[in-house]
Amino acid sequence: MHLVFTQVVLSIFIVFALSRVFLRFKSGEVTFLGFLFWILLFGSALAIIIYPPISGGIARILGIGRGVDLVIYTSIVLLFYLVFRLYVYLQDMRHELTKLVQKLAMKELDEKNEKKPSSQN
Amino acid sequence: MRLLIGIPAYNEEKMIGVVISSLPKRLTGVDKVDIVVVDDGSEDRTGEIAQSKRVTVLRHIINRGLGGALKTIFAFALERNYDILVTFDADGQHESKYISDVIKPILSQKSDVVIGTRWKSKAHVPFSRRLINQLANVITFILYHVWTSDSQSGFRAFNKNSINKIKLQTDGMEVSSEFFKEIKSNNLRFSEISIIPVYSDYSLEKGQRLSNAPSVMINLLLRLLR
Repeated sequence: MHLVFTQVVLSIFIVFALSRVFLRFKSGEVTFLGFLFWILLFGSALAIIIYPPISGGIARILGIGRGVDLVIYTSIVLLFYLVFRLYVYLQDMRHELTKLVQKLAMKELDEKNEKKPSSQN
Repeated sequence: MRLLIGIPAYNEEKMIGVVISSLPKRLTGVDKVDIVVVDDGSEDRTGEIAQSKRVTVLRHIINRGLGGALKTIFAFALERNYDILVTFDADGQHESKYISDVIKPILSQKSDVVIGTRWKSKAHVPFSRRLINQLANVITFILYHVWTSDSQSGFRAFNKNSINKIKLQTDGMEVSSEFFKEIKSNNLRFSEISIIPVYSDYSLEKGQRLSNAPSVMINLLLRLLR
């Protein structure tokens, strides 16, 4: 089987990405579900890069004209979903941050109030 | 009856002192009036000036937005067990003489939440303001099914029941609309009292601008999706 230059470069990149997923999973930064998701995503990308007719086959089953179209459609949907997840995650982080800032403000006030009586004595 | 006046303030050194001094020390039907200023990470002397006026100051170490400041005011009112909470803008657009009007429906136990609305009086209000507000009212109605003549008013009064029940989520300007979601979902009785705002160049520059509208709308819509 002959691999063209683009296939080689893309494959190397995907293998690199897969290695990152493994390492992140091993160190506990990625959950098991997340690990499966990324392995499946990069794994299928690798399969399609090395043997492109796969995408054509799936595209035909789904009634989409070309394999390339299938890849682009899927990528766009996935990207949108991931951006949405990121948005939700960021909002949650901002709310957590606000909670923290609020706790600190209340704590600072309590400490000031505790100090006051003793300084008046 | 203990009443708390809560003022969210971000970079309001020009007005905060005047606003605090204008607030009433006593109100009919209320035994005690306390004031809390949430200095929302101001870079100017807002916190310092408020402190010098001998009111309680809660300092956010970083800016969290209007919603964040209001959440802290609610948390404080809840923790200190206040019977009534009045939220009041720091930019000087509200006159303190209306506080007694706004708490009247609460004292007579007719309402849980009272909004001081700027649109029922015949007072002249800049057109851009009117437009922004009408737009916000329609969006608030579509999202939360509560019709109000002033969804963006910062002048509100809450009784103990609503202080306990209202749980704010948003951090930014969209918090003003979120109050109506809470009113609806907690079945709170709500009424409006007409107030006449003071529109100075200063308060106009400070308040909701048309340029805020897209981000407020996107945030409210995305909240529905999540």
